[in-house]
Amino acid sequence: MVTGLGATTPLGGDVASTWEAMLAGKSGVRRIDDEAHEWVTRHDLPVKIGAPLAVEPTEVIPRVKARRLDRVEQVALVAAKEAWEHAGLGEPGEQVDPTRLAVVIGTGVGGVITLLDQDDLLETGGLRKVSPLTVPMLMPNGPAAWVGIEYGAQGAVHAPVSACASGAEALAWALRLLRANEVDVVIAGGAEACITGLTVAGFAQARTLSLRNDDPERASRPFDVDRDGFVLGEGSGIMILERAEFAAARGATVHGRIAGAGITADAYHITGPEPEGRGQSRAITAAIRMAGLDPSDVGHVNCHATSTVAGDVGETKAVRKALGDHPVLTAPKSQLGHMVGAAGAVESIITLLSIKEGIIPATLNLVKLDPGIELDVVAGEPRKMDLQAAVCDSFGFGGHNAAVAFTKV
Amino acid sequence: MASNEEILTGLAEIVEEVAGIDTADVSTEKSFVDDLDIDSLSMVEIAVQAEDKFGVKIPDDQLAELKTVGDAVDYIAKNQ
Repeated sequence: MVTGLGATTPLGGDVASTWEAMLAGKSGVRRIDDEAHEWVTRHDLPVKIGAPLAVEPTEVIPRVKARRLDRVEQVALVAAKEAWEHAGLGEPGEQVDPTRLAVVIGTGVGGVITLLDQDDLLETGGLRKVSPLTVPMLMPNGPAAWVGIEYGAQGAVHAPVSACASGAEALAWALRLLRANEVDVVIAGGAEACITGLTVAGFAQARTLSLRNDDPERASRPFDVDRDGFVLGEGSGIMILERAEFAAARGATVHGRIAGAGITADAYHITGPEPEGRGQSRAITAAIRMAGLDPSDVGHVNCHATSTVAGDVGETKAVRKALGDHPVLTAPKSQLGHMVGAAGAVESIITLLSIKEGIIPATLNLVKLDPGIELDVVAGEPRKMDLQAAVCDSFGFGGHNAAVAFTKV
Repeated sequence: MASNEEILTGLAEIVEEVAGIDTADVSTEKSFVDDLDIDSLSMVEIAVQAEDKFGVKIPDDQLAELKTVGDAVDYIAKNQ
């Protein structure tokens, strides 16, 4: 059972503002060749756009606390706080036995800003200039560990690392912990803050980023025939998941249900998805099987669809193979950009809200559908739809595939 | 050469910057760990900043001996 939601994204500093901006058709993508990202100009990078956070985490986290945290840890704490409070869990230890509370928060790259900054300090100032907090700030388990400390989680603290599938995989692992009755409550999701010179250069060299610098809000265009790559974003999405009995016993408000989740791997190519979408299709099938759903029950798929030439068409093949021709698709990265390890978690929140509110946000910038896509994609404006079940897809470099099945409560 | 009073003021500013403790609470009798709740990571940061500010060297074995704010003020006064 999902009892709490929290997020900080390129469209808003919380879930409500993000959801509202999505329904309003807003874009979180903008030019980033500014003072905060001076490296764009210094290195004359070909990519001058991105989807940075709408609200700086340092505006909500006290200064002294923030200086011990990498940005990726800051965003995780911001989203976790919103989710924890949304779930009405009170003070740590008040409603959940700490040994029955777990954290599963994934990230794609971890504290890369710290790694780069501290390496610069070592090179320019020597050993003495390197912060003693360097390692805890750069380690990829940092976001999960800090959230665990904040809420006193002594059950288990995990940090799945599977590139852009990390956030969705975290939800899948959380579900497994709950189903095995190892814990009662899990704080689960993903966090990412990797808009740096090196990551943008690396993604650009892999030819994965959009170069539509002259029209940032039109750059992320999943499923459109003129798409030319993704837009790098940052953020965090966190859910509070509880065993149904536990949630009922404490009288928690339930906002949705993760009924199943599937994780598979392509074993094909380190960056490119398997073109027929076999592994992706198996992940979707595994998710709905665990959920006890028939393919015909799933009315909607919230797609991974990053706006790359290779990825988007393959995913629709996987959806057709696993579910058939009926699901209605949308691609939230058209508005949010690609939040890497946070993407699957934030998009899972969007999927849940689509079921709960009965409305699917539109895919922005879909002007002419790629002829290789034969499914119905919501475009132009949000579509009202009564949904009993929906799937959220997330795939990552390395051939990681994760699918999370949500059902109505 | 900074006076003991100036050293205390400068040290309190560093402690406030690193650990968020009000400068008024950073007095000579206070223990960094027991009274001000400063952990070993922050102590390293404070030591490095104090070295820069007062032009002293605080080797690790000396740092471990600086239990109170007063210990640190005395050490810096002697070694600056």
